[in-house]
Amino acid sequence: MTDRHLLSGTEPDLARDAGHPEPPPRVGFFTDTSVCIGCKACEVACKEWNAIPQDGLSLTGMSYDNTQGLGASTWRHVAFIEQQKPQVPAPDGRTRLPLVEAESDPSDGAGGELRWLMSSDVCKHCTHAACLDVCPTGSLFRTEFGTVVVQEDICNGCGYCVPACPYGVIEQRPSDGRAFKCTMCYDRLGAGQEPACAKACPTESIQFGPLDELRERAALRVDQLHAAGVDDARLYGHEPDDGVGGDGAFFLLLDKPEVYGLPPNPVVTTRDLPTMWKHAGAAALSLAGGLAVSFALPALLGEKRKGTR
Amino acid sequence: MVPHTEFESYYGRPVIKAPSWAARDIAGYFFLGGLAGAGSVLAAGAQLTGRPRTATAMKVSSLAAVSLSAAALVHDLGVPSRFPNMLRVLKPTSPMSVGSWLLAGYGPAAGAAAVTAVSGRLPRVGAAATATAALLGPAVASYTAVLASDTAVPAWHGAHRELPYLFAASATAAASGMALLLGPTHESAPARCAAALAVGAEEVATRAAERRLGMVAETYRQGRAGNLLRAARLLTATGATTGLLLGHRSRPAAVVGGLALLAGSACTRFGTFAAGVASAEDPKYTVAPQRAAANSSDEAAS
Repeated sequence: MTDRHLLSGTEPDLARDAGHPEPPPRVGFFTDTSVCIGCKACEVACKEWNAIPQDGLSLTGMSYDNTQGLGASTWRHVAFIEQQKPQVPAPDGRTRLPLVEAESDPSDGAGGELRWLMSSDVCKHCTHAACLDVCPTGSLFRTEFGTVVVQEDICNGCGYCVPACPYGVIEQRPSDGRAFKCTMCYDRLGAGQEPACAKACPTESIQFGPLDELRERAALRVDQLHAAGVDDARLYGHEPDDGVGGDGAFFLLLDKPEVYGLPPNPVVTTRDLPTMWKHAGAAALSLAGGLAVSFALPALLGEKRKGTR
Repeated sequence: MVPHTEFESYYGRPVIKAPSWAARDIAGYFFLGGLAGAGSVLAAGAQLTGRPRTATAMKVSSLAAVSLSAAALVHDLGVPSRFPNMLRVLKPTSPMSVGSWLLAGYGPAAGAAAVTAVSGRLPRVGAAATATAALLGPAVASYTAVLASDTAVPAWHGAHRELPYLFAASATAAASGMALLLGPTHESAPARCAAALAVGAEEVATRAAERRLGMVAETYRQGRAGNLLRAARLLTATGATTGLLLGHRSRPAAVVGGLALLAGSACTRFGTFAAGVASAEDPKYTVAPQRAAANSSDEAAS
């Protein structure tokens, strides 16, 4: 018995196992948030290329981020995090905006410099994708590039993928009922082009390419940042043996994942499915057994009563 | 142990997306599916032990419940006209796919059982249909727990070992309530016994789930979910006690007990549903347990 588990763990031959006989190398995104300038060009390019409807104009008041999060009509989302941090050396290439005086706000006990973290979030195209696993229609499928795509003409709007996603990415469009998310520009990939967001990114914060290559590049970048004194730099979603089998879109973050609205330790929901089915089977048997007992008991008691008479 | 302390999030916004399902449709479906499934087992038992009126009543109630539940499912789809797409594939990794096929087998069997029982025609077909419905019934009643727990919703996923038993017990309570309500009192002994067993099992499953869930268990105790689940406990306990003590001699008592059991089961399903939604909407229930898991695996590694 090997350690290989079909529903979780490492999966080196993703596209082939999904039924593509001669797949191209698996591709993905490496989003290096340390060079993101929060221009939201990726959001706009994504909307334009994929012809995604607007989600309305609203000011959230929570930060400069008025998009709030990924959703059915937002497939790239740039988070803006404002924090008060004690003196952090600025990494090379990071744009420093003279927003406020560098002195600390006396009312804030933490003190230190105000900094902005910006990060362009996207569907993670998980190796073990819960949305794909739970879709009852086969509308979600694994492409030859190893990405996860929804077929709009098959989705019947059951909404199961929505709570199944451990990252909160996929969503139903209220006006339509069907579920939508990033396709990693499947149409562009097929034509040998890079996705619209990566193409539009002016700082190469969003990098697109073969996943193996991106992982190497990311490891170098983290080392570089650590050498420059940015101790908080870390990769997120790059490990092929994490809870979702590694992400097809992974990130370099400058703080804990939850600060960016990302789950710290996501697990593909179907990892526990064998246990669930086992317990459901046992519960079904207990239901039948319990009712059998309920029929047997009165009969036995009735017999006894008759016997004693 | 999950520390109940501060957690960080992106301006308090949820990490996962809460289910967009309408409570009336999906929690209603959980309740109706349970009522139908357990009801078919009760009907078969009643038929085998010579309780014909209860048997027929339960067959009719199962058909009605499964028809309503299918209507609720289709109603909740974003594109109802594409419901047949559910039967394009059979995927064991998708509890909803498994459930659709289960319903496709169970529904017609429950229908045939009810129609033959009411019309009195084709007794052999009726017996076969009754047996098929009774075999598939427990699966229909308990798979919905897998449907809920195979999600990233903390209150459901965290209780994935206990929810099937809770759902099976709640289904038994609903079906025995229906039997008390519709069946004659001299046939109701098994239903009264089943209701008592169900109440006990529900209590055990709930406690086990709350223990395992740690801080996430508070989503089952607070707000709308807490109110519904407290009502559920009160109603099922009242229903089972009334049925057990008075159900065999007083018809009104049996009716009251039956109604209380049905209402209690519905409250259990709506309460569980509400707890799931509440746990998905607050990022702390996603972040805190995951952060604790990440920290403990880091410690193990170092």
